[in-house]
Amino acid sequence: MNRKEFKRMVSAMVPLPAENVDTDQIIPARFLKSTTRTGFGENLFRDWRYDAEGNPRKDFILNDPSRTGKILVAGKNFGCGSSREHAAWAIADYGFAVLISSFFGDIFKNNALNNGILPIQVPDAYLRFLFGEIARDPGVELAADLEHQFIQVLPGGDQQPFDINPYKKSCLINGYDDLDYLLSLRPEIGRFEAARYPG
Amino acid sequence: MGRTLFDKIWDAHVVKSQEGFPDVLFIDTHFIHEVTSPQAFNGLRSRGIGVFMPDRTRATVDHNVPTLDQDKPIKEAMSRFQVDTMTRNCRDFGLELYGLGHPYQGIVHVIGPELGITQPGMTIVCGDSHTSTHGALGTIAFGIGTSEVEQVLATQCLLQQKPKRMQIRIDGRLRQGVVSKDIILHIISRISSSGGTGFFVEYAGDAIRALSMEARMTICNMSIEMGARGGMIAPDDTTYNYLSGRPFAPKGAAWDQAVAAWRRLPSDEDAEFDRTLQFDAAGIEPMVTYGTNPGMGIGVTGHIPTLEEVEPSERNSFSKSLDYMALQPGSRLLGKKLDYVFIGSCTNSRIEDLRMVAEFVRGKKKAENLEVWIVPGSKQVEKQAIQEGLDQVFSAAGFSLRGPGCSACLGMNEDKIPAGKYCLSTSNRNFEGRQGPQARTFLASPLTAAAAAVTGCISDVREMI
Repeated sequence: MNRKEFKRMVSAMVPLPAENVDTDQIIPARFLKSTTRTGFGENLFRDWRYDAEGNPRKDFILNDPSRTGKILVAGKNFGCGSSREHAAWAIADYGFAVLISSFFGDIFKNNALNNGILPIQVPDAYLRFLFGEIARDPGVELAADLEHQFIQVLPGGDQQPFDINPYKKSCLINGYDDLDYLLSLRPEIGRFEAARYPG
Repeated sequence: MGRTLFDKIWDAHVVKSQEGFPDVLFIDTHFIHEVTSPQAFNGLRSRGIGVFMPDRTRATVDHNVPTLDQDKPIKEAMSRFQVDTMTRNCRDFGLELYGLGHPYQGIVHVIGPELGITQPGMTIVCGDSHTSTHGALGTIAFGIGTSEVEQVLATQCLLQQKPKRMQIRIDGRLRQGVVSKDIILHIISRISSSGGTGFFVEYAGDAIRALSMEARMTICNMSIEMGARGGMIAPDDTTYNYLSGRPFAPKGAAWDQAVAAWRRLPSDEDAEFDRTLQFDAAGIEPMVTYGTNPGMGIGVTGHIPTLEEVEPSERNSFSKSLDYMALQPGSRLLGKKLDYVFIGSCTNSRIEDLRMVAEFVRGKKKAENLEVWIVPGSKQVEKQAIQEGLDQVFSAAGFSLRGPGCSACLGMNEDKIPAGKYCLSTSNRNFEGRQGPQARTFLASPLTAAAAAVTGCISDVREMI
């Protein structure tokens, strides 16, 4: 299944300095009942974004109409907790394509990559620097260059490198997913099972 | 150099390894439930492919099921739809489903071990982060997302980077009133909710060896709460005695052969870990959490940190968390009035948990200011509890014994804690809204929960036994 290809993106950023944002905050369990992958963006950060009556909470960042960036910058350990891929679907459905934090939950990070979202891990100091830049100018833009593996505050900021598994990088750049590759191995997997569990 | 338990199992399951690529890892057993599988089945449909090895997937329903009136149709339309979708998917793809009313139905991480499906040396995955529970039997078991559920259904394999290995040793003897839940809450409180990220943990040491199989499951279950991908414990006679005779465990000569192979699994003497941590069992108190992640825990007699005791960079999150819980920095939890006690979830809903609670409350009554919900992890646990007369003990104490399911652990089914109420819970997560919008959770052991049920407030169980 081909996804959108990702090479480089330039966008404003949306800051969410909270730490240890778990996937229950990204999307609460009571909104996991759809059996499709779409429509979860409406309930992204549901209980931070809306009050009990469903009215937008004015002080929550996503309710500020001037924040239109496609890059979410979050405090450390973003996406910890539950394995629900609905969290990644909600983020993608809302329109974020890049996530930046000093630390991501393992399962969430995989889920993000499997949905064409690029999670970028940066040092704590750089994360603080980014929050500072956004506070100084809420419209400041960031370039995220996957091909050359760096991010850069525009215009002319220092290039901050990031790591990504080379296989995952090529999947994102070409819009491939793991299943295409795994399906091509079915015969080999069948032989492996037969040898491991004879009889 | 020797190999770890983790290395031995991992290496035996690598179908293909290629420089620059993640390993292609064969999955022996795949568990699925109704919440994280529907989109995976739809993916198979849109590609026009079937389940590759249907005998290796086991299905049940747990997250959405009501725990009262399980014989009647599910009231909540979306929950009913998700459970019905599961039934249809299993039928369409030829998978066996332990659905509502089936004698094997229950929380996926309770039924795997109790039916003997989970066996040492296996690789096990499920679209659920608490899959690490199965590691207690000496397996590599971890949670995955729905795209990965689809990959396993389609190919019985996953592409995985080998994680780093951590060993956590707990030596010495636990004090009276301290149980395995306290061990894991203690560890997480020390290394934080992200301290294990990037690692697969092996728990070792004589305090772990001394634990029963079910107590070990509680520890492995919460590995994800420190960020670890999974947790595991080397199999030993406790494991074999637990498994022997269970419905799906090998029988006769196959059993002897299996045990001989399992005995080769434990980490070699000279195996090396990327990180090793050590704890003294005697230094662990009954634990209770005060905040909104499982790392925010203290000994039950201790005090919540003051603002000064918290790292400056973490003060904002800490204050936000205490605001949510309506608690003061520096205050004590002992004596804090509660509205609910919830005993259940994949962490603590097994027969030993229920026995532990029953033994404590026998002849006692619950306090009037709270409700107590006891939710067995499976139909098998429920049946056993009734056979042993535990249901009588609970009803005499004023507790309600409900039907099996995930229940109030995650605010997804009918069992929710109302906004603003305090619940002392044996589950695994105290996140904001986890047990219901604006609900406030204290995590603790079943024994501490039993004490709280009787006194109506957070109590030191050591003074009551």
